[in-house]
Amino acid sequence: MKIRDTVHFQWYKTLFVVVLLGLCLYTSIRATKADFGQLVTNIGQVNAFLTKLSHPDFNYLPRLVDPMVKTLKMSALGTVLGVLLAIPFAFLSTTVVTGNPVVTHVFRFFLNIIRTIPNLLLAALLVAIIGIGEATGVVTIAIFTFGVTSQLIFESIETIDYAPLEATAAVGANRLKTAVWAVWPQIASSVLSYTFYAFELNVRASAVLGYVGAGGIGVKLNEALGLFRYERVSVIILFIFVIVAVVDNVSESIRRRLK
Amino acid sequence: MKRIPDRIRHLILLALTLLLLWWCAYDIDWTTFRYFSFGSFRATLARLLSPEWEAFYTGGPEDIFSLMLLTIAIGFFGTSVGTVLAIPFVLLSANNLWKNPVVPRLGKFILNVLRAFPELVYAIIFIKVVGPGPFAGVLAIGVHQIGMLGKLFTEEMERMDETAVEACKAVGANGVQTMFYARIPQLMPIYTSLALNHFEIAVRSASTLGLVGAGGIGATLIFAIQAARWNRVGIILLAVVVTVFLLDLLTGWIRKKLR
Repeated sequence: MKIRDTVHFQWYKTLFVVVLLGLCLYTSIRATKADFGQLVTNIGQVNAFLTKLSHPDFNYLPRLVDPMVKTLKMSALGTVLGVLLAIPFAFLSTTVVTGNPVVTHVFRFFLNIIRTIPNLLLAALLVAIIGIGEATGVVTIAIFTFGVTSQLIFESIETIDYAPLEATAAVGANRLKTAVWAVWPQIASSVLSYTFYAFELNVRASAVLGYVGAGGIGVKLNEALGLFRYERVSVIILFIFVIVAVVDNVSESIRRRLK
Repeated sequence: MKRIPDRIRHLILLALTLLLLWWCAYDIDWTTFRYFSFGSFRATLARLLSPEWEAFYTGGPEDIFSLMLLTIAIGFFGTSVGTVLAIPFVLLSANNLWKNPVVPRLGKFILNVLRAFPELVYAIIFIKVVGPGPFAGVLAIGVHQIGMLGKLFTEEMERMDETAVEACKAVGANGVQTMFYARIPQLMPIYTSLALNHFEIAVRSASTLGLVGAGGIGATLIFAIQAARWNRVGIILLAVVVTVFLLDLLTGWIRKKLR
């Protein structure tokens, strides 16, 4: 760091950034009609909510076990489908495998677009197109997993060791054979660990997916919220929290053993 | 003990996985697919792919363009609120700032609780407090971001290089002085980068919060979906995807410059 890079010599840049941020903030406050006064006057609502929330109704718990198991099943199935779909796409979006920058860019652009669609919008859209139900939930989870894991997989393909590629090319393998025998063995364990990571994300997201009718524990959450039964909301959230923590720990220990 | 050959072990694992997946798939309700007609799906897709451009800009406050700007504003203001409010929690929950191990544990617990609730639940609560509208979305995103950013900020604080802190202490600096002369200069670029990343995430969730009435483009989208106006859904999805994509590029560029 030179003396010229210190704050005192760059104050006009800092000032510019601060003014810009201030303008953005001012505009967004105006646009969203923010009124913190309302927050203070209606603090009673928050209080009522918090008191109900802090008294979870544990009698409701037994009725949550079935939807939770369903959620886990949906997540597992969706995750595996999504990853299976993601693998060929990830291979096609690296120049290492295709050797063709045009194909790579087309596929990568497609994957980028899939990834930008928010989870909940995807669910709402699929519910409208396919219909309400658990099957739609599985499809949503599969597409979401596809978006998340395909990027992770192609990023890990880009960091592989190129020596086996040369070796297979030297004995006359075509591109498919190279992909199967030189690339896949190098990334198999990371793909497995991304699968578990995606599974965690999906269990977490399942709380929200039910909101649009895509099945599982989220449907119960939606019911409880709709009926203002916050003591149930808090049990559901706690339950999801515990399950996510368990899934987290199990998948982390499996991932560590994979290494 | 004789080692089981790898090949057989892999086969057993594969069989177990398939069995597990079959069990998952077995009692999911697949009836939705039975009523699925490919013809209507293709018609829907065709209309989705021919977006209703006229709705994009009409000059009124309810066109897609201004709603998208409002969504960005919600994301920006929400992230600002979250970033600012996350700082005190970071000071509370970073291990290296406290000699007493109880305080950081308490801080981390609060952050975990804040993160456990999905944004959608916060949105529903804040709609009851400040009424439906963009401000409820801002508060929902803000509170959720406290949990997310608080955790990431704390991790960075704990991972930071302590030599500069030691150097400051060696010349007699007190806690506040080490904070301003050793910690903040080191952490500022990382924190900015994380906040920018979460701005993009916030815009993505702001576009979904409208589903429950917390402002932004989501409400228009859900009405269009419910009315099966697929051309309109097409233009809204396109607007969301393009906006998130551009923000991704912009924040990526700024983050690269920060490094």
